[in-house]
Amino acid sequence: MNEKTAGSILTTEGIPLKVSLQKAERRNKIRAILLVAPLLLFILFTFLIPIGDMLLRSVDDSYINTVFPKTFKEYKKWDRQGLPSEELYKTMFFEVKEGSGRSIGKATTRMNYAKSGWKSLLKKSKRKFKKIEEGPYKEQMIAIDKRWADIEYWKALGVMVDPTTAGYYLNAVDLKYNVDKEVVRQKENRRIYNHTWVKTFKVSILVMIFCLMLGYPISYLLSTLPLKYSNLLMICVLLPFWTSLLVRTVAWMVMLQQKGVFNNLLVMSNIIADENRFKLMYNETATIIVMTQILLPFMVLPLYSVMKTISPNYMRAALNLGASPLHAFWKIYMPNSVPGISAGCMLVFILAIGYYITPELVGGKDGQMIGNWIAYHLKTTLNWGLSAALGAILLGVLTVLYWVYNKLVGIENIKLG
Amino acid sequence: MALPSYTTTGQRVGWYAFLTYCGLVFFFLIAPIFVILPLSFSSSPFFEFTREFMNFEPEAWTLRWYRQMVGIASVGDTTVVSNKWMLGTRNSFIIGISATFLATALGTVAALGLSRRNMPFKGTIMAILISPMIVPLIITSAGMFFFYSKIGLTHTYLGLILAHTALGTPFVVITVTATLTGFDTNLIRASQSLGADTMRTFFKVIMPLILPGVISGALFAFITSFDEVVVVMFVGSVEQITIPKQMWAGLRQEISPVILCMATCLVALSIALLTTVELLRRRSERLRGIKLRN
Repeated sequence: MNEKTAGSILTTEGIPLKVSLQKAERRNKIRAILLVAPLLLFILFTFLIPIGDMLLRSVDDSYINTVFPKTFKEYKKWDRQGLPSEELYKTMFFEVKEGSGRSIGKATTRMNYAKSGWKSLLKKSKRKFKKIEEGPYKEQMIAIDKRWADIEYWKALGVMVDPTTAGYYLNAVDLKYNVDKEVVRQKENRRIYNHTWVKTFKVSILVMIFCLMLGYPISYLLSTLPLKYSNLLMICVLLPFWTSLLVRTVAWMVMLQQKGVFNNLLVMSNIIADENRFKLMYNETATIIVMTQILLPFMVLPLYSVMKTISPNYMRAALNLGASPLHAFWKIYMPNSVPGISAGCMLVFILAIGYYITPELVGGKDGQMIGNWIAYHLKTTLNWGLSAALGAILLGVLTVLYWVYNKLVGIENIKLG
Repeated sequence: MALPSYTTTGQRVGWYAFLTYCGLVFFFLIAPIFVILPLSFSSSPFFEFTREFMNFEPEAWTLRWYRQMVGIASVGDTTVVSNKWMLGTRNSFIIGISATFLATALGTVAALGLSRRNMPFKGTIMAILISPMIVPLIITSAGMFFFYSKIGLTHTYLGLILAHTALGTPFVVITVTATLTGFDTNLIRASQSLGADTMRTFFKVIMPLILPGVISGALFAFITSFDEVVVVMFVGSVEQITIPKQMWAGLRQEISPVILCMATCLVALSIALLTTVELLRRRSERLRGIKLRN
């Protein structure tokens, strides 16, 4: 139908049919958008904006600029050769003396990340500055503490002059700015994150592989058994899925601890002696075992739904044509189940990489993952910039994986039983 | 499943080895959950099977921990602990049920919109709506903690309910969209041509058909909220105890068998919910004329 004839057909109201249809389409589109809008806005305000807001903290360095605005303004004039002028000492002096103890305290925490020693220096100085009434300030400050004459401290301030910083991201991968704002590696004993990143990926990949090794055969069994058996066995997969994460973690603590069920069974059946019970709890092994059990249903469900669609005739044909069962499986069944494998593996990996509760409870010291460090900095050290940076990197990795998952599997095909 | 008569010995051995392996995997999945049930009746305060317990000696079996859990405790200071469990139960239900209602309403309506043929940017919107399920809880909690404290929602029930609603909606969206695939839109047209308005069509025609999906989604949302601990720890106040939060505290500080009692109750709850969802799924598939599994 070309433009002309389409335009000439009229509806009963005398409007061209094309216009009328377009209008109806548009109305339907708006209706669809209106239905989705409430949830979209809800997620935006309760979920996406909070996360975005938190991520901004990973580059935010403006607080210190609000505590020492004049000092930083004066600082920009300094040529970084030799000690600063009397003017800079003076502004620093007044801002420390007159600033509230709380805001100075908060600022010094930040200053300590750039150069340790700032916190104690300012704490001591603030106390002693009260006695100083008039200038010249430079000599008097140096007299209070000779660190005021150490150019390294002054140089370190330069890292904080900009209201934004990449410093937390550097810290998140064991790098840092030195006092001259050059990127250098952290000191040997403070390099923890690269190691943790590697461990996080290692644990996630191992969990994914174990889930596949355990999940593939049972998915195959479930998809080939007659309905009445497979439905019953499916319950075994779905029940853990519905059981509280904490309950399952407790259950594993009962199983794996030194005097736990597993060790007791081995001792009772005289496989191991009472004194060489396995240390299965509070280490990386425990994290991997427990996470595998917890995430296994997420592997089985997509695998099962793909295997269901593979016709048994393919295998029969291959066997009939003389292939050995293994050969037939490898050449016929396996390639057909690849969509299920990729869906399951990606889902398990995506969920594993951000795990926090399980490693925290059963991981001990060496089973900690990146999520645990995020929580540690949030709750204990209050280094929120660093936890935001760690979170942002993790989220970046996840976004890529999620995007690939969406392309490969389609997010609407997630299976929940 | 019987093997055909022409199988060779090697194939038989292989098949039974395969079955054994599968049996072990199922055991791995299910055993830990059931191991805690008997232990919650053990009088030993350390999570272990004692010899007396295994021999069914009466003094090794007790209901003491259950009495502590519901607050009938004879030992002086334990009453405080046990009250916390009941307080937690109450809070968990308040937050869980409110969040479920909100999530179900928002999720169902959104799923109806997403299933329309002419929804623009369907893929992107779906990805955004599902994201609360994918983003690690620790990141979600951190974000909510900072943002909600800015707008005064931390330490309030409203804040917790909103947070749990956000976490529960993906499940509702997924289950309801799944029920809507294969939904015959002619039914809506038929209803409208017979004179029913939009609301009437929704409640009389659409709702009865998608109800199984809506209920399973709601149960998923409920269990998500009921199990959630990280957000509660960050957004909630110290007094806002929920069951998982109390379990968490119990596991990190004083390991008490009361935890096992609560765990047993939670397992019973999940069995009940799972059964309901399975029955609903079958009903839904029957209603829509889709063949059952196999």
